[in-house]
Amino acid sequence: MKNFKISHRTTSGYDILELEGELDAHTASQLEDALRQLINEDKANIIVNCRELDYIASAGLGVFMAYIEDVRGTGGDIKLTNMNEKVYSVFDLLGFPTLYDILEDERDAIEKFSSEA
Amino acid sequence: MKKTATYHITVGASTRNLSVVREFVTEHTKAEGFSDTVVSDVCLAVDEAYTNIIKHAYKFDPTKKVEVDLEFDPEKVCVCLTDTGKSFDKSSYTVPDIPKQIKNKKRGGMGVFLIQKLMDRVDYKTRDSENEIKMYKKRETES
Repeated sequence: MKNFKISHRTTSGYDILELEGELDAHTASQLEDALRQLINEDKANIIVNCRELDYIASAGLGVFMAYIEDVRGTGGDIKLTNMNEKVYSVFDLLGFPTLYDILEDERDAIEKFSSEA
Repeated sequence: MKKTATYHITVGASTRNLSVVREFVTEHTKAEGFSDTVVSDVCLAVDEAYTNIIKHAYKFDPTKKVEVDLEFDPEKVCVCLTDTGKSFDKSSYTVPDIPKQIKNKKRGGMGVFLIQKLMDRVDYKTRDSENEIKMYKKRETES
């Protein structure tokens, strides 16, 4: 079985989740746990870096759908960055680019957060 | 190129096996000369169909089996997934309203939508106690 890994770090006060591997109906619960933990800790400015994410199925997108309102409700956001073309195309097929901030890289996400503050 | 080729695996209905099914589909569609884009599309469609069977047809019972058949001919690939669980009622399916679902913190319904977007043709059939989803993808995509 291919691995899926999440690592968490903070940069300039922003919480960054780095995804690695394949996000499907089996591994989506790991992302769910990580997001829920940040939300429980009242973290509102979350960046999900997808640089090492090789694959995503709709179960993975479902996690973002389930938690974005909670985060936005506290004045924050979940911004997605560094997607490869294949992963982006799945988000695109479902119309996510008009609903979520999907940015080139982390710096863009941080700038966007700063401009919204 | 072989005129036709068929491949088969039987897997337990568990999300643990998703990567096994994806590898099976990827390996053979690549070997049959399909482009990377088409291989990815077919792989995701099969993942979504198999996930739906695990969740909805078998309610996460890993003792249940899913048959996965790949059939190649010179023009296309046909992937067939067969289960003996609760059948999918296509008439009750509506295209997901993603903005509304986000507001209501709901997910779901996206798999069927993706399958239809990714594949050229999708047929559902229930005969006796067997459900079958057949998904077709042409070798060459029109872009």
